[in-house]
Amino acid sequence: MALLEVLNLQAAYGQTKVLHGISFAMEEGSITTLLGANGAGKTTTLRALCGMVHTEGEMRFAGQRIDKRATEDIVRLGIAHVPDGRGTFVNLSTEENLRLGAYTRQDRDAVERDLERIYSYFPRLRERRTQQAGTLSGGEQQMLAVSRALMLRPKLMLLDEPSFGLAPLLVKELFGILRAVNEKEHVSMLLVEQNAAMALALADHAYIIETGRVVLSGSVDAIKQDDAVRRSYLGY
Amino acid sequence: MNKRTLIGIVLVLLLACALPFAVSEYRNFQFTLVLIYSIALLGLNILTGFNGQISLGHGAFYAIGAYCAAILMEQAGLPYWATIPLAGALCLGAGFLFGLPALRLEGLYLALATFALGVSLPQLLKYHRLEEWTGGVQGIVITKPDAPEFLSGLNLALNQDQWLYFFTLAVAVLMFLLARNLLRGRIGRAMMAIRDNPIAAEAMGINISLVKSLTFGISAMFTGIAGALSAIAVQFVAPDSFNIFLSITFLIGIVIGGLASIPGALYGALFIQFVPNIADEISKAAPWAIFGLFLLGFTYLMPTGIAGAIRLGWVRLTRKAHHKPSRVTTILP
Amino acid sequence: MDQFIHQVLAGLATGGIYASVALALVMIYQATHLVNFAQGELAMFSTYIAWALINAGLPYWGAFFLTVGFSFVLGVVIERVIIRPVENFPALAVVVVFIALLVILNSVTGWIYSFTIKSFPSPFPEQTLFGNKYMSSHEIGAIGVTLVLLLLLYAFFRYTPLGLAMRAAAQNPESSRLVGIRVGWMLALGWGLAAAIGSVAGMMVAPIVFLDPNMMGGVLLYAFAAALLGGIDSPGGAVFGGFLVGVLENVLGAFVIGNELKLAVALVLIIGVLTVRPSGFFGKVHVTRV
Repeated sequence: MALLEVLNLQAAYGQTKVLHGISFAMEEGSITTLLGANGAGKTTTLRALCGMVHTEGEMRFAGQRIDKRATEDIVRLGIAHVPDGRGTFVNLSTEENLRLGAYTRQDRDAVERDLERIYSYFPRLRERRTQQAGTLSGGEQQMLAVSRALMLRPKLMLLDEPSFGLAPLLVKELFGILRAVNEKEHVSMLLVEQNAAMALALADHAYIIETGRVVLSGSVDAIKQDDAVRRSYLGY
Repeated sequence: MNKRTLIGIVLVLLLACALPFAVSEYRNFQFTLVLIYSIALLGLNILTGFNGQISLGHGAFYAIGAYCAAILMEQAGLPYWATIPLAGALCLGAGFLFGLPALRLEGLYLALATFALGVSLPQLLKYHRLEEWTGGVQGIVITKPDAPEFLSGLNLALNQDQWLYFFTLAVAVLMFLLARNLLRGRIGRAMMAIRDNPIAAEAMGINISLVKSLTFGISAMFTGIAGALSAIAVQFVAPDSFNIFLSITFLIGIVIGGLASIPGALYGALFIQFVPNIADEISKAAPWAIFGLFLLGFTYLMPTGIAGAIRLGWVRLTRKAHHKPSRVTTILP
Repeated sequence: MDQFIHQVLAGLATGGIYASVALALVMIYQATHLVNFAQGELAMFSTYIAWALINAGLPYWGAFFLTVGFSFVLGVVIERVIIRPVENFPALAVVVVFIALLVILNSVTGWIYSFTIKSFPSPFPEQTLFGNKYMSSHEIGAIGVTLVLLLLLYAFFRYTPLGLAMRAAAQNPESSRLVGIRVGWMLALGWGLAAAIGSVAGMMVAPIVFLDPNMMGGVLLYAFAAALLGGIDSPGGAVFGGFLVGVLENVLGAFVIGNELKLAVALVLIIGVLTVRPSGFFGKVHVTRV
């Protein structure tokens, strides 16, 4: 059974329709990426999965319908969202931000261990634990956003442009960590990226979205062979 | 203004002129108060409804107008009619001055500052250094003016209350005409532009600070004139009649009458004058409980007030619903 | 000099009460960016409940804690039923709803309990504590209660997950939902806490000003002044502002402008702070890197 199934998903901001019936699915343990130009509807798809936009159509997570559910209930099923723009709690400390990620968890001891684990992934965050999160650099805030999502111990992570604003070296490091998390902890990931080459290097499946519709899908290896994709997204 | 509206206004005016001869002296006095409140509400509506500045302290300008009239009549010996324009002018100035610091305050903060003014007002009026003029806690008693001599020459013998009613009616008609012309003119459009979109208004070359302070002044002038009339009608001013609940009454009047509606001021005045009378029979506290419930009810269900409801009813009645949508201002998003 | 010390200390006692109400205002402001004009009447209503409970024969502290609990529930219910529908309305509609709440609470109290002034008991002994000549035991007790209350609140917000979630929901609702916080309930809890704090302030001030439906009008005004002085989004600032306003009110009232113009102190402070320095002493200058 697929971990996530989306059937004929439609969404609109006021009068402006953004998604015109998107369908896709992803397997448990997979890293799937959504590629597309600006305005294609990638961010909206992720927001729709979290119940943050008004939608039509069907969405299932681990067999349960999640459309028409409140964001906080969807999160409690084990879906963590690393939002566009990072969503930092700017006036709280770094550690408070991380602890909020684990807000819905009851296993206190495991939370403490996870905090340590996060700090070992991102030593910078340990240095900044008591600092107001709003004063962190853009890159640090991006790591904080990913870390906050990991603190949920999610089954599925929705990553909206995690490489945004990061120096190339940091992107590499972050993607390495994401791969490790995926392999060791079997966290599935749905990744939206501008940087198509990086995304295709990490993912195993890809969907190409244009103006609110899926136009192409398949395994990453197959997608990479497609001429149009190479010209439009990979530039060679 | 279309023909129907004009006919309607003429009919209302005729009715208003016949009223004092048809009702008891006490009712006559009540209707005088309705006219006075309608002027005050018009003033607050210009500020809050048309310009979007919230005032919870308009009782202050009502008080200034009332005290101005009382002091000028009882201490300077001015005739009652002469105090009206003077009270208006004084409040225009006072409102303009208060409007200057208020410029820096948006929405809630302005409400807060004016709320503070409304709450502390009675204490300011009691201040002992001003007692010589204000009469302190005791206030000032005013003699009721007589109808002018020439009326009896015309075989139109009016008693004092009837005369006062007509005098107030005349002032009210004048003020409503003034408000209408003002709001239809350049400054009225500027006021509403600032309310709806201050940034666009500024880009269009509207001097926001000037218009907002001026609106505050004009609004205070209307309310101050109403205050002066009320002093003459009630024949008494005292600090405790100008407490925060007076200011709140005005707010209730414009919300229930209809925000940004000129006739709404009249509906609101009728409401705040007569609903407490009816409710009073239940309990001394009931009028305010009912006011509160009406406020909630109108905010949730009919944010355009009575004026909006009448407009809606009229449109439905004449089946013009598919024509141009009537300009309705609401406090809803 | 004795007189001066006495006024300052009395100011601290009332200041603690202003600080509590200011804190209640700040809590609601932080969560919703709304200024609750009905906060004073809510506290007044709670105090009447306490009075009724004491009159029914309950011991003082029993009535005290029952009232705090009742006020908490009342605050939550008001938020869910009355405030929720207008949360995203323009300022005017929100102000109107608060004013409606104010007049309803005021009149319903008058209706049930009449408008006649009642005395309200103090839990503290009549004779002065430690033989000091400056403060009555009620004043000392009121300061003590205020300080305990503040300490409890500080610990709650600083050290408990729920307190952290409430702070998070107040400053970033969207991100809060994304970590699973039920933001709507956090706002309701904030209202409940604010009402509970207000009820404590009401019960502490009632023995001084006596019980009457309009007793909180002045207190609310001083609390506004305090909250603005400290910075309307700063809880610490509100507490500081409360004590400062209490002292200023008493000292200026006694020595400078006379007791009859005390409210003008609040008026001048409110308009002064709003026009000169709207962020107050401790209002946050938000630090964000984009």
